[in-house]
Amino acid sequence: MNDLLISLILILVKLGMIFGVVLSMAAYLVLAERKILGRMQLRYGPNRVGPGGMIQPLCDVIKLITKEDFVPDRADKWVFLFAPGLTALTALLSFAVVPFSPPLTLFGREIPMVVCDLNIGLLYLFGLSSLAVYGVVLGGWASNSKYSLIGAIRSLAQMLSYELSLGLALVPVVMSAKSFSLTEIVMSQADWPNMLSHPLAFLIFMTSIAAESKRTPFDMPEAENEIVGGFHTEYSGMRFGLFFVGEYINLIVIGAMTTVFFLGGWHGPFLPPVVWFIGKVLFVAFLFIWARGSMPRPRYDQLMHFGWKVLIPLALLNVVITGAVLVAMNG
Amino acid sequence: MGLWRDIKGTLQPFWITLGYLFTKPVTIQYPEEKLTPPPRYRARIVLTRNPDGSERCVACQLCSAACPVDCISMQAAEDSDGRRYATWFRINFARCIFCGLCAEACPTMAIQTTPDYEICNRDVLKLVQEKEDLLIDGCGKDAEYNYYEHSGVGVVNERGGNDDEYGPVDPKALMP
Ligand code: SF4
Ligand code: SF4
Repeated sequence: MNDLLISLILILVKLGMIFGVVLSMAAYLVLAERKILGRMQLRYGPNRVGPGGMIQPLCDVIKLITKEDFVPDRADKWVFLFAPGLTALTALLSFAVVPFSPPLTLFGREIPMVVCDLNIGLLYLFGLSSLAVYGVVLGGWASNSKYSLIGAIRSLAQMLSYELSLGLALVPVVMSAKSFSLTEIVMSQADWPNMLSHPLAFLIFMTSIAAESKRTPFDMPEAENEIVGGFHTEYSGMRFGLFFVGEYINLIVIGAMTTVFFLGGWHGPFLPPVVWFIGKVLFVAFLFIWARGSMPRPRYDQLMHFGWKVLIPLALLNVVITGAVLVAMNG
Repeated sequence: MGLWRDIKGTLQPFWITLGYLFTKPVTIQYPEEKLTPPPRYRARIVLTRNPDGSERCVACQLCSAACPVDCISMQAAEDSDGRRYATWFRINFARCIFCGLCAEACPTMAIQTTPDYEICNRDVLKLVQEKEDLLIDGCGKDAEYNYYEHSGVGVVNERGGNDDEYGPVDPKALMP
Protein backbone atom coordinates (compact mmCIF):
# COMPACT_ATOMS: atom_id res chain seq x y z
CA MET A 1 0.00 0.00 0.00
CA ASN A 2 2.69 2.44 1.10
CA ASP A 3 4.81 1.39 -1.82
CA LEU A 4 1.96 2.08 -4.20
CA LEU A 5 1.44 5.55 -2.73
CA ILE A 6 5.12 6.43 -3.11
CA SER A 7 5.10 5.23 -6.72
CA LEU A 8 2.03 7.32 -7.41
CA ILE A 9 3.59 10.43 -5.89
CA LEU A 10 6.77 9.84 -7.85
CA ILE A 11 4.81 9.55 -11.06
CA LEU A 12 2.97 12.78 -10.32
CA VAL A 13 6.24 14.58 -9.56
CA LYS A 14 7.74 13.31 -12.80
CA LEU A 15 4.63 14.33 -14.71
CA GLY A 16 4.76 17.82 -13.26
CA MET A 17 8.43 18.17 -14.09
CA ILE A 18 7.96 16.96 -17.62
CA PHE A 19 4.98 19.23 -18.23
CA GLY A 20 6.86 22.22 -16.89
CA VAL A 21 10.00 21.51 -18.83
CA VAL A 22 8.25 20.58 -22.05
CA LEU A 23 5.85 23.51 -22.07
CA SER A 24 8.49 26.10 -21.30
CA MET A 25 10.81 24.45 -23.80
CA ALA A 26 8.04 24.67 -26.41
CA ALA A 27 7.50 28.35 -25.64
CA TYR A 28 11.18 29.11 -25.98
CA LEU A 29 11.52 26.95 -29.08
CA VAL A 30 9.07 29.33 -30.76
CA LEU A 31 11.35 32.19 -29.84
CA ALA A 32 14.44 30.23 -30.85
CA GLU A 33 12.90 29.33 -34.18
CA ARG A 34 11.98 32.92 -34.89
CA LYS A 35 15.42 34.16 -33.93
CA ILE A 36 17.35 31.48 -35.81
CA LEU A 37 15.21 31.89 -38.91
CA GLY A 38 15.70 35.62 -38.60
CA ARG A 39 19.46 35.29 -38.47
CA MET A 40 19.40 32.94 -41.44
CA GLN A 41 17.53 35.61 -43.36
CA LEU A 42 19.91 38.34 -42.18
CA ARG A 43 17.43 39.85 -39.71
CA TYR A 44 17.46 39.85 -35.91
CA GLY A 45 14.09 38.30 -35.14
CA PRO A 46 12.20 39.38 -32.01
CA ASN A 47 14.55 41.34 -29.75
CA ARG A 48 12.41 44.10 -28.26
CA VAL A 49 10.60 42.60 -25.27
CA GLY A 50 13.03 42.08 -22.44
CA PRO A 51 16.74 41.38 -22.91
CA GLY A 52 17.20 39.81 -26.32
CA GLY A 53 13.45 39.23 -26.66
CA MET A 54 13.35 36.76 -23.78
CA ILE A 55 9.86 37.81 -22.63
CA GLN A 56 8.39 37.48 -26.11
CA PRO A 57 6.74 34.06 -25.49
CA LEU A 58 4.90 35.47 -22.48
CA CYS A 59 3.63 38.41 -24.49
CA ASP A 60 2.52 36.08 -27.27
CA VAL A 61 0.54 34.00 -24.82
CA ILE A 62 -1.12 37.08 -23.31
CA LYS A 63 -1.98 38.29 -26.78
CA LEU A 64 -3.44 34.92 -27.78
CA ILE A 65 -5.48 34.55 -24.61
CA THR A 66 -6.98 38.02 -24.81
CA LYS A 67 -7.99 37.64 -28.44
CA GLU A 68 -11.53 36.83 -29.46
CA ASP A 69 -12.30 33.12 -29.57
CA PHE A 70 -14.11 33.02 -32.87
CA VAL A 71 -16.27 30.19 -34.18
CA PRO A 72 -17.24 30.51 -37.83
CA ASP A 73 -20.86 30.52 -38.89
CA ARG A 74 -22.18 27.00 -39.59
CA ALA A 75 -19.04 25.40 -38.19
CA ASP A 76 -19.52 22.12 -36.39
CA LYS A 77 -19.21 23.84 -33.06
CA TRP A 78 -18.23 21.12 -30.61
CA VAL A 79 -15.80 19.40 -32.93
CA PHE A 80 -14.36 22.78 -33.79
CA LEU A 81 -13.79 23.62 -30.14
CA PHE A 82 -12.40 20.22 -29.32
CA ALA A 83 -9.94 19.64 -32.16
CA PRO A 84 -7.05 21.92 -31.07
CA GLY A 85 -6.97 20.31 -27.66
CA LEU A 86 -6.60 16.92 -29.27
CA THR A 87 -3.51 18.04 -31.16
CA ALA A 88 -1.80 19.48 -28.10
CA LEU A 89 -2.88 16.56 -25.92
CA THR A 90 -1.58 13.81 -28.16
CA ALA A 91 1.70 15.64 -28.46
CA LEU A 92 1.99 15.96 -24.68
CA LEU A 93 0.99 12.35 -24.02
CA SER A 94 3.89 11.08 -26.12
CA PHE A 95 6.28 12.06 -23.37
CA ALA A 96 4.95 9.39 -21.07
CA VAL A 97 7.18 6.74 -22.61
CA VAL A 98 10.32 8.76 -23.34
CA PRO A 99 13.21 7.84 -21.02
CA PHE A 100 15.35 10.81 -20.04
CA SER A 101 18.22 9.20 -18.23
CA PRO A 102 19.17 5.87 -16.66
CA PRO A 103 17.22 4.89 -13.51
CA LEU A 104 18.20 6.93 -10.50
CA THR A 105 18.69 5.35 -7.09
CA LEU A 106 17.29 7.56 -4.32
CA PHE A 107 16.92 6.35 -0.68
CA GLY A 108 17.47 2.80 -1.77
CA ARG A 109 14.67 2.92 -4.32
CA GLU A 110 15.28 2.58 -8.01
CA ILE A 111 13.41 5.32 -9.83
CA PRO A 112 13.10 4.88 -13.58
CA MET A 113 13.45 8.26 -15.27
CA VAL A 114 10.45 7.74 -17.48
CA VAL A 115 6.83 8.27 -16.56
CA CYS A 116 5.74 4.88 -17.75
CA ASP A 117 8.14 2.32 -19.17
CA LEU A 118 5.71 0.54 -21.48
CA ASN A 119 7.08 -2.57 -23.10
CA ILE A 120 5.34 -1.48 -26.28
CA GLY A 121 6.42 2.15 -26.01
CA LEU A 122 7.18 2.43 -29.69
CA LEU A 123 3.73 1.23 -30.71
CA TYR A 124 2.23 3.67 -28.21
CA LEU A 125 4.09 6.52 -29.89
CA PHE A 126 2.78 5.43 -33.26
CA GLY A 127 -0.72 5.18 -31.91
CA LEU A 128 -0.52 8.71 -30.59
CA SER A 129 0.91 10.12 -33.76
CA SER A 130 -1.96 8.52 -35.68
CA LEU A 131 -4.39 10.07 -33.24
CA ALA A 132 -2.73 13.45 -33.78
CA VAL A 133 -4.02 13.30 -37.36
CA TYR A 134 -7.54 13.50 -35.93
CA GLY A 135 -6.93 16.89 -34.31
CA VAL A 136 -5.88 18.29 -37.64
CA VAL A 137 -8.53 16.59 -39.75
CA LEU A 138 -11.41 17.31 -37.39
CA GLY A 139 -10.30 20.93 -37.02
CA GLY A 140 -10.18 21.33 -40.77
CA TRP A 141 -13.47 19.54 -41.33
CA ALA A 142 -15.39 21.38 -38.63
CA SER A 143 -14.28 24.83 -39.77
CA ASN A 144 -16.65 24.82 -42.75
CA SER A 145 -14.04 26.52 -44.91
CA LYS A 146 -12.55 25.27 -48.14
CA TYR A 147 -9.00 26.15 -47.20
CA SER A 148 -9.31 24.30 -43.93
CA LEU A 149 -10.75 21.30 -45.70
CA ILE A 150 -7.99 21.22 -48.31
CA GLY A 151 -5.45 21.48 -45.52
CA ALA A 152 -7.12 18.70 -43.58
CA ILE A 153 -7.27 16.38 -46.58
CA ARG A 154 -3.67 17.04 -47.42
CA SER A 155 -2.53 16.37 -43.89
CA LEU A 156 -4.59 13.19 -43.75
CA ALA A 157 -3.02 11.79 -46.90
CA GLN A 158 0.44 13.01 -46.02
CA MET A 159 0.50 11.80 -42.45
CA LEU A 160 -0.96 8.42 -43.31
CA SER A 161 1.49 7.73 -46.10
CA TYR A 162 4.54 8.93 -44.25
CA GLU A 163 3.61 6.99 -41.18
CA LEU A 164 4.28 3.85 -43.21
CA SER A 165 7.84 4.75 -44.05
CA LEU A 166 8.31 6.03 -40.51
CA GLY A 167 7.28 2.69 -39.07
CA LEU A 168 9.33 0.74 -41.57
CA ALA A 169 12.40 2.87 -40.82
CA LEU A 170 12.13 1.93 -37.16
CA VAL A 171 11.85 -1.81 -37.78
CA PRO A 172 15.66 -2.25 -38.07
CA VAL A 173 16.07 -0.39 -34.79
CA VAL A 174 13.63 -2.75 -33.09
CA MET A 175 15.33 -5.70 -34.71
CA SER A 176 18.71 -4.83 -33.29
CA ALA A 177 17.34 -3.85 -29.87
CA LYS A 178 15.02 -6.88 -29.78
CA SER A 179 12.44 -4.83 -27.89
CA PHE A 180 9.67 -2.27 -28.36
CA SER A 181 10.47 -0.55 -25.08
CA LEU A 182 12.15 2.81 -25.49
CA THR A 183 14.38 2.23 -22.49
CA GLU A 184 15.60 -1.04 -23.97
CA ILE A 185 16.23 0.64 -27.31
CA VAL A 186 18.38 3.26 -25.61
CA MET A 187 20.21 0.56 -23.61
CA SER A 188 21.04 -1.28 -26.83
CA GLN A 189 22.89 1.79 -28.10
CA ALA A 190 25.28 2.05 -25.16
CA ASP A 191 28.40 1.91 -27.28
CA TRP A 192 27.23 2.56 -30.82
CA PRO A 193 24.34 4.92 -31.68
CA ASN A 194 21.90 3.53 -34.20
CA MET A 195 22.55 6.50 -36.44
CA LEU A 196 25.87 4.89 -37.39
CA SER A 197 24.70 1.29 -37.56
CA HIS A 198 21.51 2.13 -39.49
CA PRO A 199 22.35 5.24 -41.52
CA LEU A 200 19.72 4.62 -44.21
CA ALA A 201 17.00 4.07 -41.61
CA PHE A 202 18.12 7.31 -39.96
CA LEU A 203 17.74 9.33 -43.16
CA ILE A 204 14.35 7.79 -43.95
CA PHE A 205 13.24 8.40 -40.37
CA MET A 206 14.27 12.05 -40.41
CA THR A 207 12.48 12.68 -43.70
CA SER A 208 9.30 10.91 -42.71
CA ILE A 209 9.13 12.43 -39.28
CA ALA A 210 9.43 15.89 -40.78
CA ALA A 211 6.49 15.05 -43.03
CA GLU A 212 4.62 13.40 -40.20
CA SER A 213 4.85 16.46 -38.00
CA LYS A 214 4.22 18.91 -40.86
CA ARG A 215 7.57 20.64 -40.50
CA THR A 216 8.47 23.03 -43.22
CA PRO A 217 9.79 21.23 -46.22
CA PHE A 218 6.59 19.20 -45.89
CA ASP A 219 4.16 21.75 -44.54
CA MET A 220 1.54 21.37 -47.27
CA PRO A 221 -1.30 21.10 -44.73
CA GLU A 222 -0.58 24.69 -43.66
CA ALA A 223 1.15 26.11 -46.73
CA GLU A 224 0.48 29.77 -45.93
CA ASN A 225 1.01 30.97 -49.46
CA GLU A 226 -1.31 28.45 -51.11
CA ILE A 227 -4.16 27.75 -48.70
CA VAL A 228 -3.93 30.62 -46.21
CA GLY A 229 -3.33 28.64 -43.03
CA GLY A 230 -4.57 25.20 -44.01
CA PHE A 231 -6.46 23.43 -41.28
CA HIS A 232 -6.09 26.29 -38.79
CA THR A 233 -7.25 29.07 -41.12
CA GLU A 234 -10.43 29.67 -39.13
CA TYR A 235 -8.91 29.40 -35.66
CA SER A 236 -8.12 32.42 -33.57
CA GLY A 237 -6.93 33.24 -30.10
CA MET A 238 -5.83 30.48 -27.79
CA ARG A 239 -7.31 27.73 -29.96
CA PHE A 240 -4.91 28.68 -32.68
CA GLY A 241 -2.36 28.91 -29.89
CA LEU A 242 -3.02 25.29 -28.98
CA PHE A 243 -2.36 24.16 -32.55
CA PHE A 244 0.73 26.29 -32.54
CA VAL A 245 2.04 25.08 -29.20
CA GLY A 246 1.14 21.53 -30.22
CA GLU A 247 3.36 21.93 -33.23
CA TYR A 248 6.31 22.94 -31.08
CA ILE A 249 5.67 20.27 -28.49
CA ASN A 250 5.69 17.97 -31.46
CA LEU A 251 9.06 19.34 -32.42
CA ILE A 252 10.35 18.34 -28.99
CA VAL A 253 8.66 14.96 -29.34
CA ILE A 254 10.38 14.27 -32.64
CA GLY A 255 13.61 15.51 -31.13
CA ALA A 256 13.14 13.06 -28.28
CA MET A 257 12.16 10.23 -30.66
CA THR A 258 15.19 10.82 -32.88
CA THR A 259 17.39 10.93 -29.82
CA VAL A 260 15.99 7.73 -28.40
CA PHE A 261 15.89 5.75 -31.62
CA PHE A 262 19.02 6.92 -33.37
CA LEU A 263 21.27 9.21 -31.36
CA GLY A 264 21.79 6.90 -28.42
CA GLY A 265 19.44 8.56 -25.92
CA TRP A 266 21.18 9.68 -22.78
CA HIS A 267 24.47 7.97 -23.63
CA GLY A 268 27.45 10.26 -23.95
CA PRO A 269 30.80 10.92 -22.32
CA PHE A 270 31.62 13.34 -19.47
CA LEU A 271 28.30 15.18 -19.00
CA PRO A 272 25.39 13.87 -16.91
CA PRO A 273 22.87 11.82 -18.95
CA VAL A 274 20.00 14.32 -18.71
CA VAL A 275 22.19 17.05 -20.17
CA TRP A 276 23.14 14.78 -23.05
CA PHE A 277 19.51 13.96 -23.63
CA ILE A 278 18.29 17.56 -23.67
CA GLY A 279 21.28 18.63 -25.72
CA LYS A 280 20.50 16.02 -28.35
CA VAL A 281 16.83 16.95 -28.41
CA LEU A 282 17.70 20.60 -28.91
CA PHE A 283 20.18 19.69 -31.60
CA VAL A 284 17.51 17.78 -33.54
CA ALA A 285 15.13 20.69 -33.06
CA PHE A 286 17.81 22.97 -34.47
CA LEU A 287 18.18 20.66 -37.47
CA PHE A 288 14.49 21.00 -38.22
CA ILE A 289 14.56 24.77 -37.80
CA TRP A 290 17.60 24.84 -40.07
CA ALA A 291 15.72 22.80 -42.65
CA ARG A 292 12.87 25.28 -42.43
CA GLY A 293 15.26 28.08 -43.20
CA SER A 294 16.80 26.25 -46.14
CA MET A 295 14.30 24.11 -47.98
CA PRO A 296 11.49 25.13 -50.33
CA ARG A 297 8.19 23.31 -50.15
CA PRO A 298 7.76 20.58 -52.80
CA ARG A 299 4.56 20.25 -54.78
CA TYR A 300 1.89 18.04 -53.27
CA ASP A 301 2.12 15.29 -55.90
CA GLN A 302 5.91 15.32 -55.60
CA LEU A 303 5.51 14.73 -51.89
CA MET A 304 3.25 11.74 -52.48
CA HIS A 305 5.57 10.33 -55.17
CA PHE A 306 8.54 10.66 -52.88
CA GLY A 307 6.75 8.97 -50.01
CA TRP A 308 5.30 6.02 -51.89
CA LYS A 309 7.83 5.47 -54.66
CA VAL A 310 11.10 6.25 -52.91
CA LEU A 311 10.89 6.15 -49.14
CA ILE A 312 8.68 3.10 -48.62
CA PRO A 313 10.58 0.80 -51.05
CA LEU A 314 13.87 2.00 -49.57
CA ALA A 315 12.64 1.35 -46.06
CA LEU A 316 11.42 -2.12 -47.02
CA LEU A 317 14.77 -2.88 -48.63
CA ASN A 318 16.49 -1.66 -45.50
CA VAL A 319 14.43 -4.02 -43.35
CA VAL A 320 15.34 -6.96 -45.55
CA ILE A 321 19.03 -6.09 -45.56
CA THR A 322 19.15 -5.57 -41.80
CA GLY A 323 17.40 -8.89 -41.28
CA ALA A 324 19.87 -10.64 -43.55
CA VAL A 325 22.84 -9.08 -41.77
CA LEU A 326 21.47 -9.97 -38.34
CA VAL A 327 20.87 -13.58 -39.36
CA ALA A 328 24.34 -13.78 -40.88
CA MET A 329 25.93 -12.38 -37.72
CA ASN A 330 24.09 -14.78 -35.43
CA GLY A 331 24.44 -17.83 -37.63
CA MET B 1 23.74 12.64 -62.98
CA GLY B 2 20.26 13.83 -62.11
CA LEU B 3 20.44 12.24 -58.69
CA TRP B 4 23.78 13.86 -58.00
CA ARG B 5 22.34 17.23 -58.96
CA ASP B 6 19.35 16.67 -56.65
CA ILE B 7 21.56 15.76 -53.71
CA LYS B 8 23.73 18.80 -54.30
CA GLY B 9 20.65 20.99 -54.62
CA THR B 10 19.33 19.65 -51.33
CA LEU B 11 22.51 20.12 -49.33
CA GLN B 12 23.76 23.41 -50.71
CA PRO B 13 20.96 25.55 -49.20
CA PHE B 14 21.86 24.23 -45.76
CA TRP B 15 25.43 25.37 -46.20
CA ILE B 16 24.35 28.82 -47.37
CA THR B 17 21.86 29.40 -44.54
CA LEU B 18 24.48 28.24 -42.04
CA GLY B 19 26.80 30.89 -43.44
CA TYR B 20 24.09 33.54 -43.08
CA LEU B 21 23.46 32.44 -39.51
CA PHE B 22 26.91 33.76 -38.63
CA THR B 23 26.72 36.91 -40.74
CA LYS B 24 25.79 40.22 -39.17
CA PRO B 25 22.15 41.04 -39.99
CA VAL B 26 21.48 43.98 -42.25
CA THR B 27 18.61 45.26 -40.12
CA ILE B 28 18.91 48.83 -38.85
CA GLN B 29 17.69 48.88 -35.24
CA TYR B 30 15.52 51.92 -35.80
CA PRO B 31 14.97 53.93 -32.62
CA GLU B 32 18.58 53.43 -31.55
CA GLU B 33 20.24 53.51 -34.95
CA LYS B 34 18.99 55.90 -37.58
CA LEU B 35 19.41 55.77 -41.27
CA THR B 36 20.30 59.00 -43.05
CA PRO B 37 18.42 58.79 -46.32
CA PRO B 38 19.91 60.20 -49.52
CA PRO B 39 19.32 63.94 -50.11
CA ARG B 40 16.61 63.38 -52.70
CA TYR B 41 14.58 61.15 -50.36
CA ARG B 42 10.88 62.07 -50.40
CA ALA B 43 9.66 62.65 -46.86
CA ARG B 44 8.48 65.78 -45.00
CA ILE B 45 7.69 68.63 -47.38
CA VAL B 46 9.00 72.16 -46.81
CA LEU B 47 8.56 75.58 -48.40
CA THR B 48 11.94 77.12 -49.15
CA ARG B 49 13.09 80.70 -49.56
CA ASN B 50 14.96 82.61 -52.25
CA PRO B 51 18.67 83.34 -51.76
CA ASP B 52 17.68 86.86 -50.71
CA GLY B 53 15.45 85.51 -47.96
CA SER B 54 12.03 86.17 -49.51
CA GLU B 55 9.43 83.42 -49.87
CA ARG B 56 9.66 81.47 -53.09
CA CYS B 57 6.05 80.36 -53.32
CA VAL B 58 3.92 82.40 -55.73
CA ALA B 59 0.66 80.65 -54.86
CA CYS B 60 0.19 79.40 -58.39
CA GLN B 61 -1.77 76.32 -57.20
CA LEU B 62 0.23 74.03 -59.48
CA CYS B 63 1.33 71.82 -56.61
CA SER B 64 -2.16 71.55 -55.31
CA ALA B 65 -3.41 70.67 -58.79
CA ALA B 66 -0.68 68.06 -59.25
CA CYS B 67 -1.27 66.41 -55.92
CA PRO B 68 -3.02 63.08 -56.52
CA VAL B 69 -4.61 63.02 -53.08
CA ASP B 70 -5.50 66.71 -52.87
CA CYS B 71 -3.74 67.37 -49.61
CA ILE B 72 -2.39 70.86 -50.41
CA SER B 73 -4.56 73.90 -50.06
CA MET B 74 -3.72 77.60 -49.99
CA GLN B 75 -5.09 81.09 -50.35
CA ALA B 76 -3.39 83.30 -52.96
CA ALA B 77 -2.88 87.05 -52.53
CA GLU B 78 -0.95 89.78 -54.28
CA ASP B 79 1.49 92.38 -52.91
CA SER B 80 1.38 96.03 -53.91
CA ASP B 81 4.24 95.42 -56.37
CA GLY B 82 2.34 92.63 -58.11
CA ARG B 83 4.25 89.81 -56.39
CA ARG B 84 1.97 86.92 -55.54
CA TYR B 85 2.19 84.99 -52.30
CA ALA B 86 0.11 82.59 -50.21
CA THR B 87 -1.69 84.06 -47.21
CA TRP B 88 -2.04 80.59 -45.81
CA PHE B 89 -0.65 77.34 -47.06
CA ARG B 90 -1.63 73.96 -45.64
CA ILE B 91 -0.39 70.42 -46.23
CA ASN B 92 -2.24 67.53 -44.68
CA PHE B 93 0.53 64.99 -44.04
CA ALA B 94 -1.99 62.48 -42.81
CA ARG B 95 -3.09 62.24 -46.41
CA CYS B 96 0.13 62.90 -48.30
CA ILE B 97 1.56 59.85 -50.05
CA PHE B 98 4.99 61.43 -50.51
CA CYS B 99 4.92 61.01 -54.25
CA GLY B 100 6.86 64.21 -54.85
CA LEU B 101 4.63 65.36 -57.71
CA CYS B 102 4.10 68.71 -56.01
CA ALA B 103 7.84 69.37 -55.98
CA GLU B 104 8.02 68.40 -59.64
CA ALA B 105 5.19 70.72 -60.56
CA CYS B 106 6.46 73.77 -58.72
CA PRO B 107 7.88 76.41 -61.09
CA THR B 108 9.65 78.35 -58.33
CA MET B 109 11.31 75.43 -56.51
CA ALA B 110 9.43 76.55 -53.43
CA ILE B 111 7.92 73.26 -52.38
CA GLN B 112 10.52 70.57 -51.82
CA THR B 113 10.74 67.13 -50.27
CA THR B 114 13.30 66.51 -47.54
CA PRO B 115 14.82 63.38 -45.96
CA ASP B 116 13.19 64.10 -42.58
CA TYR B 117 11.07 60.96 -42.27
CA GLU B 118 10.22 61.08 -38.55
CA ILE B 119 6.89 62.84 -38.71
CA CYS B 120 4.50 60.25 -37.38
CA ASN B 121 2.29 61.40 -34.57
CA ARG B 122 -0.48 60.03 -32.38
CA ASP B 123 -2.60 63.12 -32.88
CA VAL B 124 -3.69 63.20 -36.48
CA LEU B 125 -4.42 66.92 -36.42
CA LYS B 126 -0.76 67.61 -35.66
CA LEU B 127 -0.06 66.22 -39.09
CA VAL B 128 -1.91 69.09 -40.71
CA GLN B 129 0.85 71.65 -41.09
CA GLU B 130 0.41 75.32 -41.78
CA LYS B 131 2.69 77.75 -43.54
CA GLU B 132 4.57 78.60 -40.32
CA ASP B 133 5.48 74.94 -39.88
CA LEU B 134 6.36 74.42 -43.52
CA LEU B 135 8.42 77.51 -44.27
CA ILE B 136 12.14 77.10 -43.60
CA ASP B 137 14.94 79.67 -43.51
CA GLY B 138 16.94 78.22 -46.37
CA CYS B 139 16.98 77.54 -50.06
CA GLY B 140 16.96 73.75 -50.02
CA LYS B 141 17.94 72.18 -53.30
CA ASP B 142 18.73 74.56 -56.18
CA ALA B 143 20.05 77.12 -53.72
CA GLU B 144 20.90 79.71 -56.41
CA TYR B 145 17.51 79.72 -58.04
CA ASN B 146 15.22 82.71 -57.87
CA TYR B 147 12.18 82.48 -60.13
CA TYR B 148 11.82 86.22 -60.57
CA GLU B 149 15.38 86.51 -61.91
CA HIS B 150 14.39 84.34 -64.85
CA SER B 151 10.73 85.04 -65.46
CA GLY B 152 7.55 86.51 -64.08
CA VAL B 153 6.10 89.98 -63.87
CA GLY B 154 8.51 92.76 -62.92
CA VAL B 155 9.30 92.21 -59.31
CA VAL B 156 13.10 91.95 -59.41
CA ASN B 157 13.67 93.28 -62.93
CA GLU B 158 11.35 94.84 -65.48
CA ARG B 159 9.01 92.50 -67.30
CA GLY B 160 11.14 90.71 -69.88
CA GLY B 161 14.22 92.38 -68.49
CA ASN B 162 16.03 89.29 -67.22
CA ASP B 163 19.20 88.18 -69.04
CA ASP B 164 17.78 84.89 -70.28
CA GLU B 165 14.38 86.27 -71.23
CA TYR B 166 12.78 87.82 -74.33
CA GLY B 167 10.55 90.83 -74.05
CA PRO B 168 6.81 90.40 -74.33
CA VAL B 169 5.74 89.07 -77.70
CA ASP B 170 3.27 91.04 -79.81
CA PRO B 171 0.79 88.35 -80.84
CA LYS B 172 -0.35 90.36 -83.84
CA ALA B 173 3.18 90.21 -85.28
CA LEU B 174 3.16 86.43 -85.19
CA MET B 175 1.13 85.96 -88.36
CA PRO B 176 2.20 83.02 -90.51
S1 SF4 C 1 4.55 75.81 -53.80
FE1 SF4 C 1 5.18 76.06 -55.89
S2 SF4 C 1 3.58 75.08 -57.10
FE2 SF4 C 1 2.77 75.32 -55.03
S3 SF4 C 1 1.66 77.27 -55.13
FE3 SF4 C 1 3.70 77.75 -54.41
S4 SF4 C 1 4.82 78.22 -56.25
FE4 SF4 C 1 2.96 77.20 -56.93
S1 SF4 D 1 4.10 64.56 -52.14
FE1 SF4 D 1 2.40 63.99 -53.48
S2 SF4 D 1 0.74 63.57 -52.06
FE2 SF4 D 1 2.25 64.73 -50.91
S3 SF4 D 1 1.63 66.84 -51.10
FE3 SF4 D 1 3.08 66.44 -52.75
S4 SF4 D 1 1.82 65.87 -54.49
FE4 SF4 D 1 0.52 65.70 -52.66
